[in-house]
Amino acid sequence: MDVTIIAETTVDGLHPVTSQLVGAAIAIGGTPTVLCPGGLGTTAAASISGVSKVIGVEGDCFNTFDSGAWATALNPLVSDGVIIAASAPSGREVAAQIAAMRGIPIIQDATGLEAGITVTRGIYSGKAIEISTVTAPCAITLRANAFDAAGGGGSAVVSTVNQSADVAVAVREAIAKASERLDVAEADIIISGGRGMGDPANFSHLNDIADMIGAAVGASRAAVDTWGEIPHGMQVGQTGKTVTPSLYIAVGISGAIQHLAGMRTSKYIVAINKDPDAPIFGVADYGIVATWEAALPALKEELGKL
Amino acid sequence: MGIAVLLKQVPDTTAKISVSGDRVDETAVSKWSMSPYDEYALEAALQLKEAGGGDIVAITCGPIRATKMLTDAAAVGVDNLILIQDEGVTDSTHVQSLLAAAVKRSGSDVVLCGKQAADTNGGSTGPGVSHLIGAACVGMISEVYAEGDGFIALRASPTGNERVEVSRPCLFTFDKGATELRRPNVRGIMMAKKKQIETVTSDDLGVAIGTSSVSLQSHSPPPVKPPGQKFEGADSVPVVVAKLRDEANVI
Ligand SMILES: Cc1cc2nc3c(=O)[nH]c(=O)nc-3n(C[C@H](O)[C@H](O)[C@H](O)COP(=O)(O)OP(=O)(O)OC[C@H]3O[C@@H](n4cnc5c(N)ncnc54)[C@H](O)[C@@H]3O)c2cc1C
Ligand SMILES: Nc1ncnc2c1ncn2[C@@H]1O[C@H](COP(=O)(O)O)[C@@H](O)[C@H]1O
Repeated sequence: MDVTIIAETTVDGLHPVTSQLVGAAIAIGGTPTVLCPGGLGTTAAASISGVSKVIGVEGDCFNTFDSGAWATALNPLVSDGVIIAASAPSGREVAAQIAAMRGIPIIQDATGLEAGITVTRGIYSGKAIEISTVTAPCAITLRANAFDAAGGGGSAVVSTVNQSADVAVAVREAIAKASERLDVAEADIIISGGRGMGDPANFSHLNDIADMIGAAVGASRAAVDTWGEIPHGMQVGQTGKTVTPSLYIAVGISGAIQHLAGMRTSKYIVAINKDPDAPIFGVADYGIVATWEAALPALKEELGKL
Repeated sequence: MGIAVLLKQVPDTTAKISVSGDRVDETAVSKWSMSPYDEYALEAALQLKEAGGGDIVAITCGPIRATKMLTDAAAVGVDNLILIQDEGVTDSTHVQSLLAAAVKRSGSDVVLCGKQAADTNGGSTGPGVSHLIGAACVGMISEVYAEGDGFIALRASPTGNERVEVSRPCLFTFDKGATELRRPNVRGIMMAKKKQIETVTSDDLGVAIGTSSVSLQSHSPPPVKPPGQKFEGADSVPVVVAKLRDEANVI
């Protein structure tokens, strides 16, 4: 079965999630061709084991993100089988446009995939699981960290195609991120603070711990809404980001259902809260009933010993 | 200029979702609300109208209960209401065709919708509709205003945020917006009660709904996590850190 993978790229190369897309494609018996938008990351894509070919798609349209233009440029190179992309903002949008162009169904944000093709995904913000079957041609986007990555050591043939399309979106002004901190959507460990942190300045304790363990810092909506210093980009939950890190540490977060919607599928959850009845303890693997004022210095000290 | 907003009624974010047999039991949903991102899209539509004029049409594809959501939208200032009667259409591709046909018929040249609905969690509808109506798509924006003949929108970028420029026809999908949806005033609520809802079918829109190649197998509740371990006091931090290292292997 032909599988066309739309590589997820970063500003300077291939996003590691691409290896997971390849791993999932091979697991359902697919022969993957990887398309690299903008020609980025072709060498890295060719070295993923099991990839049959890599096509760098080069064109001016890839200088700006315009999902319509990207889809128009990529579409002629897509085969009639299954299209797989990452469930990231750009991957989702481009895959949805290509699906609409081809009149084929699209299933977004799958967390499981089996030959057949059987797709598992969360609905109602993770309050239920849906299993459906779909036949090729179709498009499927896959949630990051939900699939085993294919290994390295591959040596697929790389070709380059020039293919552009009219761009309808122009960047007027780029506004740099306030900090160079890791994004919660990218991180394998997240430490989040809620209204219980008392003051936005106290997030510096979370930053310190994050720096020690390579984590991203997240926040509850109450923290984002109460304090202008905490940007919405940090918000985890129903109206923030959905995250699936290996470890999620919630500090001073009550665990409202809308917060849980964004983080309950984390592999391990640690909760630090002074209220023993806080709902967050219902999803925590390890709960610590303590104030952050007492727990965070101890956590810093212990992590320092590792 | 005509502004269209695509609104979907979904179980309120606080509502419990129960599964009976192997299907979600929608009759057990205690409260239905406008999908949260659609509220931001609606507020942005109202602001575009205030700044530049033009009628707003709210379009939904759903069952009769969704008329309440349309009336709520009228109460805050939406001019025209369209309910596309859903004949059990669940395939995103079909929903997109119906919504696109209704948008085209309304003559709107700017469309606003949510980045994803709180029930499907899909995010396919906006980009799909934009293709079907031949409009540019700008996804996951938090702000938009008209400038000249086009619009300036604010969206996240890999390096921060960016302001982008786009001309009509165009479609925006909304992430969390800068302002919450306004509350209706008494006059708005009274006016909305009298507002007609135009109800249309797929036939009226000239859309043929084919069979879907997606077939639903089952719904199930999320897997229950085994109960976690709970510790009292900050003295337990070293124990938890040791467990994270040795039991969970995550640090
Ligand atoms: C449509 C909708 C969408 C929403 N989307 C989101 C979303 O995306 N993300 C989200 O997070 N919320 C969301 N919410 C809001 C959600 O309902 C809660 O209001 C919010 O999550 C509460 O944030 P919190 O836990 O930080 O604050 P609180 O509920 O105020 O909890 C603070 C917690 O801190 C603890 N605490 C206080 N002091 C200390 C201390 N010194 N040390 C340790 N613990 C302490 C308290 O015991 C308490 O449990 C949404 C709500 C709605 C209606
Ligand atoms: N049945 C529908 N009726 C009206 N708008 C819809 C419908 N389905 C989706 N939408 C719009 O498209 C957005 C994304 O939905 P989805 O692709 O299902 O995640 C929603 O937030 C709505 O704005």
